[in-house]
Amino acid sequence: MKVFLFLLAFFLSSNLWSSESTYKEMPKHDWSFSGVTGTFDRAALQRGYKVYREVCSGCHSMRLLYYRDLIDIGFSEAQVKVISSEYTVLDGPNDDGEMFERPARPADKFVNPYLNDNEARANNNGAYPPDLSVITKARKYGVDYIYNLLLGYHEPPEGVVVGEGMYYNEWMPGNQIAMPSPLSDGVIDYDDGTDTNIQQLSEDVTTFLKWAAEPEMEVRKNLGIKVILFFILLGFVVYLAKNKLWREVH
Amino acid sequence: MTGSKETKQYKNPVLNWIEFRLPIISYFEKEYGEYPMPKNCNYFWSFGALAMITLVTMIVSGIFLAMNYTPHTDMAFDSVERIMRDVNFGWLLRYIHLNGAAFFFIIVYIHILRGMYYGSYKYPRELNWILGCVIYVLMTATAFLGYTLPWGQMSYWGATVITNLFSVVPIVGEGLKTWLLGDYTVSNATLNRFFALHYVLPFVIFGVVGLHVAAVHVHGSNNPAGIDIKSKNDTVSFFPYMLLKDTLAVCVFGVIISAVIFFGPNIMAEVDNYIPADPLVTPAHIVPNWYLAPFYAILRAIPSKMGGVLAMGAAIFILFVLPWLDTSKIRSCNFRPMYKWFMMAFFINFFILGYVGLKPAEGLYLLIARLGLVYYFGFFLIITPFIGWIEKPKKLPASISDVYLGGGKEMPSPVAQKEIH
Repeated sequence: MKVFLFLLAFFLSSNLWSSESTYKEMPKHDWSFSGVTGTFDRAALQRGYKVYREVCSGCHSMRLLYYRDLIDIGFSEAQVKVISSEYTVLDGPNDDGEMFERPARPADKFVNPYLNDNEARANNNGAYPPDLSVITKARKYGVDYIYNLLLGYHEPPEGVVVGEGMYYNEWMPGNQIAMPSPLSDGVIDYDDGTDTNIQQLSEDVTTFLKWAAEPEMEVRKNLGIKVILFFILLGFVVYLAKNKLWREVH
Repeated sequence: MTGSKETKQYKNPVLNWIEFRLPIISYFEKEYGEYPMPKNCNYFWSFGALAMITLVTMIVSGIFLAMNYTPHTDMAFDSVERIMRDVNFGWLLRYIHLNGAAFFFIIVYIHILRGMYYGSYKYPRELNWILGCVIYVLMTATAFLGYTLPWGQMSYWGATVITNLFSVVPIVGEGLKTWLLGDYTVSNATLNRFFALHYVLPFVIFGVVGLHVAAVHVHGSNNPAGIDIKSKNDTVSFFPYMLLKDTLAVCVFGVIISAVIFFGPNIMAEVDNYIPADPLVTPAHIVPNWYLAPFYAILRAIPSKMGGVLAMGAAIFILFVLPWLDTSKIRSCNFRPMYKWFMMAFFINFFILGYVGLKPAEGLYLLIARLGLVYYFGFFLIITPFIGWIEKPKKLPASISDVYLGGGKEMPSPVAQKEIH
């Protein structure tokens, strides 16, 4: 009957879920938040948010996030008020029945760069820039995919023809991507003096996107350790009691 | 009229008051206190209890999710993400529910395979087996409906593919499909009714589980030796012996499922389901939840749509008639030297079918799926009846008590006895 358990373990082992071997192996990056006790580096999150705000947000929405969520990555309430006030949202109708524009508040969602999907497509050569709210959960290999994609722009290899308005990317399925390489060394300035090479920018923005997709990660892992310890302790006590009880069974 | 039946007396007057009017106290005492369990039962017998606990967990977490979920195509995806982000411990509820479903199937598959290996479906437990099969069918339906609710890409396209299967029914097929969907395609009306059904079916499951448990308690549980209880010495009472054993199993299970819920909550989820449903964009591979994949493999192994649907239906229906396909009187495969290996091969085949069910139906995967399909049906329709006739079973032990004490061969040393525990 051990075959059962073996098969179960085999079936659960993750390589059954990985994609077909025709793809190249996705290089694994060493993330500060991985592992059982891994947490988000607040400085990296804030840098990553800056990359998103100054580069990505030109085309990509994050419609599931609120400005108030930024308090979680270490901004003060006052800072978040300032950040949100730089955006304009359409509100209303007011008492006169008019729609009006006002500065965004922390309770507002991240402002979408486009009015609607059609405008997004029209401005991007027909390609729709995907929403980034849960992008690390919505792509195979998650953060490693995003990180490698951002660094994966090359000249196409010999014989590969890239379509009109498309770019060659090593990690994009099909190797053609409509987004031009968004990052390059020094494309933005960091306030904390961290080096702005493309690897650093990619790592920071991916960390930010991971947080955006799983803001509960730190609470989750923390609670998880406690819950597992509870089951282990309870299990140990029950095991002793069970053995004592069953010893009398003949 | 009163007094024609003796009412059991308890020290507590409240219990007496209830018992006199509704003998529920003595019922629970009998069914969950004194209920005799064969003492040689191994931990595979804890999976029934695990399944029960998982079902209750799914219902409770589901009720709280439903309080925060919006069954509308424009809002369903966002409402699920709102649960994950803004509802207090909503992420915990949802990850419990999401992974609980997968673990429910793991548990139930082990429970079913245990029943097959030890012959629990045979006389006198055939109806119990059938009720179990009904539960399984209801579970697959519930899981499929639940998969639709987050309204991601896989939700939408999975629902489209599966509901399309109903259109193979002759003459009324298209009409039936439209009736099920409430529209000509998967739409808001579909999502609404799927939510309603997903909410109600678990309670139906709960009811059938009640019958399933009541039925097994009539003739008592089977055991690894597959022989009947002959004396009181063969059994232990459910309380506290099995209860403690089951509690230990629950703790081990708790560690495993917690590891997934808290440290890899999405490892069994399809990434495409975190992309909102888009009727204009078809995902590269439409895959069902992995726990339904063996039947999906069978569906796609047949080149005709009608044939595939029939094969898939037959693959599930054939489970119902297993008690009458098996011609052997011996229950446990431990005493069936030939059938045991075919049974093992059946388990492995089932996993392989599940594996190829998640892969594109082409090339080698398709070939493997077809071979797997042949063995699946061959096992039930040819091997199971045939082996029963030709196999010479091993000698059955005299009693459960003998098995428990070491097969009745020699007086067990304390160490050997411990191993049997």
